[in-house]
Amino acid sequence: MQPTTHAFPENARKALSDERLQKVLAIAPAGFVNRRKQAADRLPEFEALRDQGRDLKNHVLANLDTYLEAFEGKVTEQGGHVHWCRTDQEARDAILGICRKVGAKTVTKGKSMISEEIGINDHLEANGLTPIETDLGEYIIQLRREPPSHIIAPAFHLSKADVEGTFRQAHTDLPADRVLDEPKVLIAEARQVLRRKFQQADVGITGANIMVAETGSTVIVTNEGNGDLTQILPRVHVVIATIDKVVPTLEDAALVLRLLARSATGQEASAYTTFSTGPRRPGDLDGPEEFHVVLLDNGRSALLGTEFQDVLRCIRCGACMNHCPVYGAVGGHAYGWVYPGPIGSVMQPALLGVKEAGHLPNASTFCGRCEAVCPMRIPLPKMMRHWREKEFEQNLQPAAMSRGLALWGWFARRPALYHAATKMAARALGMLGRGKGRFARLPLAQGWTRHRDMPAPEGRTFQQMWAEKKAAEKKGTR
Amino acid sequence: MADTRPAPRVGLFVTCLVDVYRPTVGFAAVKLLEDAGCTVEVPASQTCCGQPAFNAGDRATARDLARSTIAAFEGFDHVVVPSGSCAGQIRKHYPELLADDPAWAARAQHLSARTHELVSFLTDVLGVTDTGARYDGTITYHDSCSGLRELGVKEQPRRLLAKVEGLTLNELPGAEVCCGFGGTFCVKYPDISNRMVEAKTADIAGTKADTLLAGDMGCLLNMAGKLKREGSAVRVRHVAEVLAGVTDTPPIGEPIKSGRA
Ligand code: SF4
Repeated sequence: MQPTTHAFPENARKALSDERLQKVLAIAPAGFVNRRKQAADRLPEFEALRDQGRDLKNHVLANLDTYLEAFEGKVTEQGGHVHWCRTDQEARDAILGICRKVGAKTVTKGKSMISEEIGINDHLEANGLTPIETDLGEYIIQLRREPPSHIIAPAFHLSKADVEGTFRQAHTDLPADRVLDEPKVLIAEARQVLRRKFQQADVGITGANIMVAETGSTVIVTNEGNGDLTQILPRVHVVIATIDKVVPTLEDAALVLRLLARSATGQEASAYTTFSTGPRRPGDLDGPEEFHVVLLDNGRSALLGTEFQDVLRCIRCGACMNHCPVYGAVGGHAYGWVYPGPIGSVMQPALLGVKEAGHLPNASTFCGRCEAVCPMRIPLPKMMRHWREKEFEQNLQPAAMSRGLALWGWFARRPALYHAATKMAARALGMLGRGKGRFARLPLAQGWTRHRDMPAPEGRTFQQMWAEKKAAEKKGTR
Repeated sequence: MADTRPAPRVGLFVTCLVDVYRPTVGFAAVKLLEDAGCTVEVPASQTCCGQPAFNAGDRATARDLARSTIAAFEGFDHVVVPSGSCAGQIRKHYPELLADDPAWAARAQHLSARTHELVSFLTDVLGVTDTGARYDGTITYHDSCSGLRELGVKEQPRRLLAKVEGLTLNELPGAEVCCGFGGTFCVKYPDISNRMVEAKTADIAGTKADTLLAGDMGCLLNMAGKLKREGSAVRVRHVAEVLAGVTDTPPIGEPIKSGRA
């Protein structure tokens, strides 16, 4: 997917004037917010679990090589294969190679953000294979040829009516006069269509929410059960996951699962939690003949030991975007690539570079709501600030803004001059504005006055009035 | 028995927005502190806490301003700030900014530990339960982000407001959601900021309150500016003005009638 992250302001403007999208955004995030809060309130130890989650991942990141090698050892021991991939290109090649080797034509896919990150669908298609998304949301956006707008709810930006329209256009073999007015009916139709495809698939690709080092298992959570069919029915199961997803033990996996479901959807547990450990063993009733794990770095290891390391604790629950007022205003597509919301504003500059993604860490008020709910206690605003520092060092901030701030900084370092200047500014603005108490337009402040008035200052600075008051008191006591 | 402890010596960090826009808030803060038995001083060498530079990624300027603020406020028992955002900068970010500067790290820690947001200082440190003010009106209260999430300022203003005679508080739905100010954010991304403040003013209108209060000038200027642009009659004030009973200055964004300038 070609990123349009550099065009964030234009993307945002488009999103803000898209009435259909705005209607969806006006209600959808609130549902997530309320359900998460209820789930967190019901669990007295939730805050303690968050601390444990943070500590667990910090420990893993400090010993990443050990756990990844242990994981690989266990996968191999069970007859599976691990493919180490440094870049998205290597991962695409690895997956295509596996598909080619078994002569695959149709590939079913469970929901996976990493597969979006590496653009595997386009790659498979370009090479003559047919990838089929089996998660309902992913299936819908695949039909629409759109990227996901949310990391756990890919079709977050769509209304029921949008989905109905999409299905009518795509499923032309079904009666045109069928009634499709309820989510239940839509889901049933998708099931019916997908069922056939599951049977045809030669390879099933899933992501992994967790990899367990002690057993070599990969774990996925879904609410539709599509993941299970994706990985059990085809002959070959390919897991695509990044290196930060490993945890040492099953016990640790349970901790992540408890945090994940509550933070993501407010559930105590997702409807399906599936552990996959190697290919089918003799005597197993089902399971794939081959089990592959494509283990991708794609820039993660470069963050280790930097001020951005903490972001690798992310378990992709989506809580940060559900609570983000900027995401709530513009939706996910405005972010221009795979990861939207606060996690995107930290990850995209890491994956695409600050030149492409520099707007995102700036498009935040640092309100801190994301950090307040992040189950892994990732200091997202702090990391966005670190990206701003990188941009500042490279002189990438808008020139007018930098000049203004530099001038202000120069004055602020010189208290006497600063107070003289503020005194003049307050006086001028105060005199001009006192009639109305505010300005509808101000030169150099159009960004502000385009949408709101600028209240007028009182006319004198506090420092000035305080000095006068103190002088008068001194005189009085003399 | 009379309290024989010496009055706590408080340094007031005015903040640049209060200094330039609304000295009334500074005087309200002084009154609240003096009424609570403090001696208040205002160092003339203070300018800005440096947050705009810090948030623009300009660490060098932020560090410089942190150092000069630390120097300006050495020697006070407490430093009090009528803003959660600037207090948060000093309390949470100064120690981090200067952690690797051996000459300043300890001084930054020391200032951090003594610095408080105004309202929480009154309640949590001084134990004030009633400021003895009167305000005839129905107010609603917006929790500014930094005060709320960096410093835990939530119940403190509500407790004191509950004691103000004549005042009714109608809670604001979504009071904890950002108003869209965000410093330079509001001019860098004006359209997004506008959508956020629009949602806020709609919620404010829904409360039927005649007055909006908050503890941070940035948010107040943003919300007042939007309310006035929309033609709203809601009066906007800093919470300190109401708690101190200093309400002779017109509300934020309203015309100045007396000839004080
Ligand atoms: S950053 Fe935190 S809140 Fe956001 S998706 Fe990752 S774990 Fe969830």
